[in-house]
Amino acid sequence: MWSTVFLILEFAMNENTQSTEIAGDEHFPTEELETLTQHRSLWGDVWRQFRKHKGAMMGVIVFIFITLMVSLGPLLHDIEPSAINFRERNFGPTLAHPLGTDNIGHDTLAQMLAGGQVSLAVGFSAMLIALLLGTLIGVLAGFFKSLDGPLMRLTDLFLALPILPLLLVIILLFRDTLRTLYGPEAGIFMLIVFVIGITSWMHTARIVRSDVLGIKEREFVIAAHSIGTRKRRIIFRHILPNILSPIMVSATLGIANAIITESALSFLGLGFPPDFPTWGRLLYDGANFIQITPARVIWPGLFIALTVLSVNYIGDGLRDALDPRLRG
Amino acid sequence: MIHYILRRTLIAIPTLLVISFIIFAILDLAPNDPTGNLPMTVPPEVRAKIRSSLGLDEPMHIRFGLWLVQFCVNEPLNILYEGFGISIGDAENRTRIISWSTRSPVVDLIIQRTPQTLWVVGLSYLFGILIAIPIGIVSAYRQYSWFDQVGTFISMVGFSVPTFFTGMVAIIIFSVQLRWFPMIYDTTLEVDSWQNFVSQVKQMIMPVAVLALYNASQLSRFMRASILDNLNLDYVRTARSKGLSERVVLLIHVLRNSLIPVVTLIALGIPTIFSGAIITEQIFRVNGLGQLLIIAIESADIPLVQTLTFIFAIMIVVFNLIADVVYGILDPRIRYE
Repeated sequence: MWSTVFLILEFAMNENTQSTEIAGDEHFPTEELETLTQHRSLWGDVWRQFRKHKGAMMGVIVFIFITLMVSLGPLLHDIEPSAINFRERNFGPTLAHPLGTDNIGHDTLAQMLAGGQVSLAVGFSAMLIALLLGTLIGVLAGFFKSLDGPLMRLTDLFLALPILPLLLVIILLFRDTLRTLYGPEAGIFMLIVFVIGITSWMHTARIVRSDVLGIKEREFVIAAHSIGTRKRRIIFRHILPNILSPIMVSATLGIANAIITESALSFLGLGFPPDFPTWGRLLYDGANFIQITPARVIWPGLFIALTVLSVNYIGDGLRDALDPRLRG
Repeated sequence: MIHYILRRTLIAIPTLLVISFIIFAILDLAPNDPTGNLPMTVPPEVRAKIRSSLGLDEPMHIRFGLWLVQFCVNEPLNILYEGFGISIGDAENRTRIISWSTRSPVVDLIIQRTPQTLWVVGLSYLFGILIAIPIGIVSAYRQYSWFDQVGTFISMVGFSVPTFFTGMVAIIIFSVQLRWFPMIYDTTLEVDSWQNFVSQVKQMIMPVAVLALYNASQLSRFMRASILDNLNLDYVRTARSKGLSERVVLLIHVLRNSLIPVVTLIALGIPTIFSGAIITEQIFRVNGLGQLLIIAIESADIPLVQTLTFIFAIMIVVFNLIADVVYGILDPRIRYE
């Protein structure tokens, strides 16, 4: 797909230089000349198109804000998330506890910040695993004909698995083993990231495969073959850069999916333990106190929703910006 | 076409066998002991006897085979026997899949729980479709109008916000603050009078609305895209140039063609909403299949978990097949070789 973009761009640039030659004296004012001769890179174009998408720009701002908040927030608000204070139970918002406290006096804001770090970390890591697996399987299936059949059957098989019930079962059954092996926090984190990662790569693999199938037959790849380029080099040098756009879009969707899946698991009581909370776990714990302190449900839920919404909007904007047919 | 359906069904069988084996293997690999919940005073010999009475001494492939026989042969025959009085073979002494924690046959538990899930999930899916299609049509026809902008935004929100949050917010607003609807779904309620009917409707409104909103937001996005794809095609121009009214063009010519992929998506979505219902049932305490699964998982009731998960898998495979076949019937341009 992108090779055509390059061609079109090159063509457009040639035209620009031609027109500048003609225009040199009277037709074009000097400022316009400068903008025309300026180098336009592909990523510059994508960025220019991306900026036009209002929702996507809002998404970027919100997402950066949330990331900064959970990473820098604990420096400003220095109450320990696990500190228990029985004198200050079920408080509404006060100066010391801007979001109130829970039934054993945990500070809700501190817990929200700590939980956000874990939720975002789970989202990113699970997305990376899914993306790596999906790209690997997609490229292998698309590039090597002999692997196509078996790998696609495998993908179909994974798509037919009832994911949520299986995730619940796997987590319940292997939770204790991993906890004793790697400690309570690292163990459960690894387990959840791993199981979400290996159950959400299928869509990436399908998209990547179909794109690779198209690009494989293009002239520049055939040319690379004919001068004796090794397969590995063709994949890394020619195929991968050209399928970057579907991979990037899947990455954003992957983060959203991983955050939702993790919070759903925690919400069902089978995710993170209460002493190592994520937003989903905070929501689950707050659900029992919904009549006393509804804020304990609202805040974590709102932040899950905002994060997922912003990531989805970024994905939407990226898809539009990376599609050369839509790019102006 | 029949050839194609047959071939697809034949492919589905090994797929399901592999899936059932994966489920079995995951449950089997895990460290787990059905006698773990018994009191400490039970001596090890007795525990060993209990384990062997549950058939846990046998090697894995034999247990898997026995389970398959029970699931695929004994249980369907039993349903025939109890439901329709048809007895094939030795109906009385047939071994059935027994739940470890309740000691009753797994299939009976599932049959008890199915109606609640079907009502909540089925109604929400139906309402979701009924909301999504008109919204999709209008926002595609008036693309970039304020209706489209608002509709797209709401569907993006509905699609991104998880049901466990919308459900909780609904509970806070309508149960805690306004006290309109009950917080907990009462399954013992029997609809035998008008008053009971009203309270049944009341308790169903929130779970159905939450799930319907979620389903509608996904479907309406798809519906809009599908109509937009069709609006610029030649046959639409032909229809307009024949002098047909816009109403006929849109609702008869365009809609029928745009519904083809949407119908497929609806079929594909049915199994996913069942697993989505796991969460909704947990929020509103509906004791349907999803809640049964959660309880079974928490009490490590392996036979029940295995059977339920496999039923979910069967649904996914079957509805995939249905979606493909329906697509082929509705769109004759698709040729199956």
